[in-house]
Amino acid sequence: MKSLKTLTLSASVLALGAGMALAEGPALIFDLGGKFDKSFNEAAYNGAERWKAETGGEYRDIEMQSAAQRVQFARRMAESGANPIVVLGFQNAPTLEEVAPDYPDTSFVLVDAVADLPNVRSVIFAEHEGSYLVGMLAAMASESNTISFVGGMEIPLISAFACGYAQGAKAVNPDMNVIVNYTGNTPEAWNDPVRGGEIARGQISQGSDVVFAAAGGTGLGVLQAAADAGVYSIGVDSNQNYLHPGSVLTSMLKLVDEAVYQAFTDGPGMETGVVTMNLASAGVGYALDEHNADLITAEMQEAVEAARASIIAGETVVHDYRTDSTCPAF
Amino acid sequence: MSSKRIPNWADVTLVPLVSVVLAFIISAILIWAIGESPWAAVKMMVDGAFGSSYGWGYTLYYATNFMFTGLAVAVAFQARLFNIGGEGQAALGGLGVALVLLYLPWPHWTLALLGASVGAALFGALWALIPGYLQAKRGSHIVITTIMFNFIAASFLNYMLVNFLRPVGSQDPSSPRFPDATSLPKLHEILGLFGIPFSKVPPVNISLLIAVGLCFAVWWMLWRTRLGYQIRALGESEPAAQYAGISPARITIIVMLISGGLAGLMALNNVMGEQERLVLNAVEGAGFIGIAVALMGRNHPFGVFLAAILFGFLYQGGAELALWTGIPRELIVVIQALVILFTGALDNMVRIPIAKLFSLRRAG
Repeated sequence: MKSLKTLTLSASVLALGAGMALAEGPALIFDLGGKFDKSFNEAAYNGAERWKAETGGEYRDIEMQSAAQRVQFARRMAESGANPIVVLGFQNAPTLEEVAPDYPDTSFVLVDAVADLPNVRSVIFAEHEGSYLVGMLAAMASESNTISFVGGMEIPLISAFACGYAQGAKAVNPDMNVIVNYTGNTPEAWNDPVRGGEIARGQISQGSDVVFAAAGGTGLGVLQAAADAGVYSIGVDSNQNYLHPGSVLTSMLKLVDEAVYQAFTDGPGMETGVVTMNLASAGVGYALDEHNADLITAEMQEAVEAARASIIAGETVVHDYRTDSTCPAF
Repeated sequence: MSSKRIPNWADVTLVPLVSVVLAFIISAILIWAIGESPWAAVKMMVDGAFGSSYGWGYTLYYATNFMFTGLAVAVAFQARLFNIGGEGQAALGGLGVALVLLYLPWPHWTLALLGASVGAALFGALWALIPGYLQAKRGSHIVITTIMFNFIAASFLNYMLVNFLRPVGSQDPSSPRFPDATSLPKLHEILGLFGIPFSKVPPVNISLLIAVGLCFAVWWMLWRTRLGYQIRALGESEPAAQYAGISPARITIIVMLISGGLAGLMALNNVMGEQERLVLNAVEGAGFIGIAVALMGRNHPFGVFLAAILFGFLYQGGAELALWTGIPRELIVVIQALVILFTGALDNMVRIPIAKLFSLRRAG
């Protein structure tokens, strides 16, 4: 009994010591895909690294192994004095609903989901708008009138990518055939390049000549398969044009790095509430650089820029699958 | 499997212990090779998992999951059925818990726990029944069918969550939160009744006691009842069991029902106790860890109990390691894999030399 008390006491002292040893800086909690997925999580990592390079500050980061650690790690980070704490991933709204109220002086940033709390900034992206633009590019680049999409898992977030993509393609050519496949239903679906390649090859054999991957690490296999087959592919989240120059038509940018960089820059006590990263705020878009300059013709760029302006002006409305779970393009 | 030349106590304690020590020695070399201090790492893991009631809480929470799935594998293995479908059975158990708690009114957690147990065990058992039936009546190998059923379970659960259980407008494919009345008491509340202070943070809850109780129940069932005798007889030799009037098909199906039910009951801990709602991939590999736990525990409920605690330690200690040191999480997976490799696959590497030592001692 007494020994147990001493034990808890010494442990709390220990935890305190660990907390004090840390510099009080920002922290970043990656989602289950892992830090170097060349996509969503890596974009966040790049944003944090950019902040580090520019300010010389230090930050902590942590990768999860299991979902039970969502709450555990968020709590430990808050206890260690880290502030602000950026939490990535659409499954984390309940995490912060549980943890954030206990640490009212800590600012939290939730990426990809909304938690309505006074000390949480929720950053959500208009993926359907960015996907619309790359869908247009895909339709204009396609010669077979068939394009395709490889999603990670059939969840509302990814369906929104697929739906925006199909809407963009059909805006260019109403007869466009859009093939949609999903990788799987287990967490491996986000990190299975072999299966991604298999699906892409299947779609290519059905005539697809532009393949858009929104599947985290799985997308790497998709881009590889497209490059091997000599057709186009479209990357996601980060700019993936450099991976297979000449084959990656463009990338649907989702500027998670910007969201993280902003959060780290704003620091503790930042403005909270919902921040929507869309075309208007340049939070989503398509990538144009030296690796795909030869693939995007002037007319293509002109058409896409016109569409971008029209969406920002509110003249073109891209339907968001997430609002009512239906898609007008299918 | 068990060698006659080793005394029983050495078989259940010495062999796994030496295996674990070997695994840790190799892990230490790896940690040293990436430029970190193995001693500090071990200290961090032990402190993180056992150094505080907070650490104990998480260790026991993970261990509870592994007890359920470990028992599931162990029971089936007594009949020499290799049930590697714990992952899917536990996932379906979660669905059972969610349906029971969401669609029936529960006035008090005790009743809810009873109802949820029935739901979890029933769904888990039914998910194991199909492979069990296919094995018993059609000879389809249980290893193949159970592992395939894991994928069907994942897809089915995703479909149910996205299309039916998800509240309208929610992006996150998960069920709504269960009513507050169904919230299970946490360990700190139970210990608080006896005046013992315990950290309020960890999700360890009353299902730990259920898991420990089930360890006893399974032991009693296997070694003290007629059914247990039939299961073990079938496992030792099918023709002999048949000669003794035991129906292999019947026992196969019953064993798979029990095994699936035990795996399904894991949902009491993670779905009802921790998340209090059904989320995507709620099981998180605990079904597969259960195989390692059962292997290491030599398919004995008591061994499963100890092995589950060891794996709980690896999970929680590993999390602390990832949290506070530069050791990447991949290395922690490697350490866990080494423990599994040494206790499961390389068992004879330790067993045979130990057996030799014992026979030498007897001879000398």
